Amino acid sequence: MADLVTIDRINKWHGSLHALRDVSLTVAPHERLVICGPSGSGKSTLLRCINGLETCDSGDVVVDGTRLTGDARSARFARREVGMVFQSFNLFPHMTVLENCILAPIWVRKTPKREAEDLARSVLDRVRVGAHAGKYPAQLSGGEQQRVAIARALCLAPKIMLFDEPTSALDPEMINEVLEIIVGLADSGMTMVCVTHEMAFARRVADRIVFMDGGEIIEHGPPAEIFDAPRAERLKAFLGSILKN
Amino acid sequence: MALDAEVRAAAGRPVSAPRVTRKSHFRIQVWATWTVLALLLAWGCRALQLDFGYVAQKLPFLLGLRLGPDGFIQGAVLTLFVTAVSMVCALGIAMITAAGRLSDNPVAFAFATFYASLFRGTPLLVQVLIIYLALPQIGVVLGGLTSGLIALSLNYGAYLAETIRSGMMAIPLGQREAAMALSLPRWLILWKVTGPQALRLIIPPAGALFVSMLKDSALVSILGLWELNFLAQSYARSSFRYMEMLLAAALIYWALSIVFEIVQFRLERRFGRGVAVVGRR
Repeated sequence: MADLVTIDRINKWHGSLHALRDVSLTVAPHERLVICGPSGSGKSTLLRCINGLETCDSGDVVVDGTRLTGDARSARFARREVGMVFQSFNLFPHMTVLENCILAPIWVRKTPKREAEDLARSVLDRVRVGAHAGKYPAQLSGGEQQRVAIARALCLAPKIMLFDEPTSALDPEMINEVLEIIVGLADSGMTMVCVTHEMAFARRVADRIVFMDGGEIIEHGPPAEIFDAPRAERLKAFLGSILKN
Repeated sequence: MALDAEVRAAAGRPVSAPRVTRKSHFRIQVWATWTVLALLLAWGCRALQLDFGYVAQKLPFLLGLRLGPDGFIQGAVLTLFVTAVSMVCALGIAMITAAGRLSDNPVAFAFATFYASLFRGTPLLVQVLIIYLALPQIGVVLGGLTSGLIALSLNYGAYLAETIRSGMMAIPLGQREAAMALSLPRWLILWKVTGPQALRLIIPPAGALFVSMLKDSALVSILGLWELNFLAQSYARSSFRYMEMLLAAALIYWALSIVFEIVQFRLERRFGRGVAVVGRR
C-alpha cells in the first residue's frame, strides 16, 4: 500500500534559525510513529508541516496523494484526512463540547446535523466524555478537554492523527487518562504521528521512533533499537537525561 | 460547589448561602442604591424651581412624537435616526478598515491607517463643518442630514476600527490553527470561531462608543437639523426656561443611553457563553 505521508528533503527556516534540515520521512498506513527529541529540535515544526500549518521552504510533502504546495486549497484538501491534537487543547470556548465536535463534519463533510450529532455522541462516549456533551470546555478538567479535542478530530474520520505533545499541558494525574485513549486508538489500527516526552508510552505504542535534534532526524527505528541499543551520541545523551527521573 | 460547602462546614466556618440567593441579594442592593442616588439627584433639582407645566407642554416635540414644520421627523426620534444610521455605516466602515489594518497588503494597510489617523486626529466638529461647507466648493453639495451622517459615520468608524482590530488580535492563534486543522475555510473560521470570540471583547467598548455617538449626534444641530439638542435650545431661548429644557433634553439622552446599555448587556451575555461559566452575574 502506498505511504500515507511522504516527506522528501524538506527545509524550513524561522528567520535565521534553520528549523528543519533536509528532513525525509514516510508514514505507512496503520503505522504508529513517535517523534522525540529535546525542545527546539524541530519535532513540532515537522508535525505541523504534515497538515500545512507550516509551509516548508523547500522539499515536498505529500499527504494521501495530495501535494502540499503552500496554497490554502491543497492544505484544506489534505487536512480533511489529517486530524490534529494540540498541546493546549484549543477547544472553541464559546461552543459546547457537542458543538465543537459537529462543526467540521457539518461544514466540511456536509453531514446532516442530526447525523453529525449522533456520530459526535458515539465518539465522545468512546473517549469517555459522553456525559459532558452539553458542557462548555471551561467546565471540564484538562484531561477531559484533551479527550474532547481528540474526539473533535476523530469526528472528521481522518486517515491519520497527529498529536503535538498531547499530555505536556496536563496535571500528572490526568496524563494517563489521555494516553489510554491514544493507546486505544493505536490498537484499533489508526495511523498516527505523535510528538511526546512520555517514553513508556512511546515504547508501548510505537512501531518506529524518530529521534530529532537540531532540525535533523538523527536516528530512527523500532523502540527496542532506539531505547536498548542507541547508536548516536546525541540520542544516548538525550535518553540519559530523560530516563534519569 | 457542594463539596466546597462541605469542606467549609467541616472546618467549622459558616456555610455561605446558595449561589442563587447571593445573586438576588446583590441585585436588590444594586437597585436600592440606584433608587437612593436617583432620589438625591431629583432632590437637588428641586431647588431650581422648575416649571413642569412648560416641560409637559414641549415634551411631545422634544420626544419627536410630532413631525417638524418641514414635515420631517424631529427631536429624539431624529436623534435616534441619525445615531442608528451612522452606527450601521460606521460598523461597515470599521470592519473594512480593521481588515485593512490586519492585512498583509501594504496599500490596504496604508489606506486603513491613514484614514483612522486622519479621522481620529481631528475634532468631530471640524469634520462636520468641512464636509458641509467645504465639499460644495469642489462641487459636492450635500444636505445637512447627509453631511451629518457622513461625518459621524467616518469619525466613529475610525475609532470602532481600532476596537475591532484589538478584539481580533486578542484571540489566541491556537484557535485559528485548530479551526484550520479541521479543514474549515477561512470565512467560516471568521464567522464561527474567531469572530464570535472577538465580539465578546468588542461589545463593551463598542457599546461605549455608540452611547457616546448618541450624544455627539447633537453636533449635527449646527447643520440646521431639528434634533433633540437643537429643539431644547431653541425652546429655551424663546421662553427663557433654560434649566427646564436642558434638563429635559439631558434626561431624554440619558434614558436613550440606558436602552443602549441594556442592549449591550444582553449582547455581552449572548457572546459570553462558555467564558467564566462559574461566577458570572
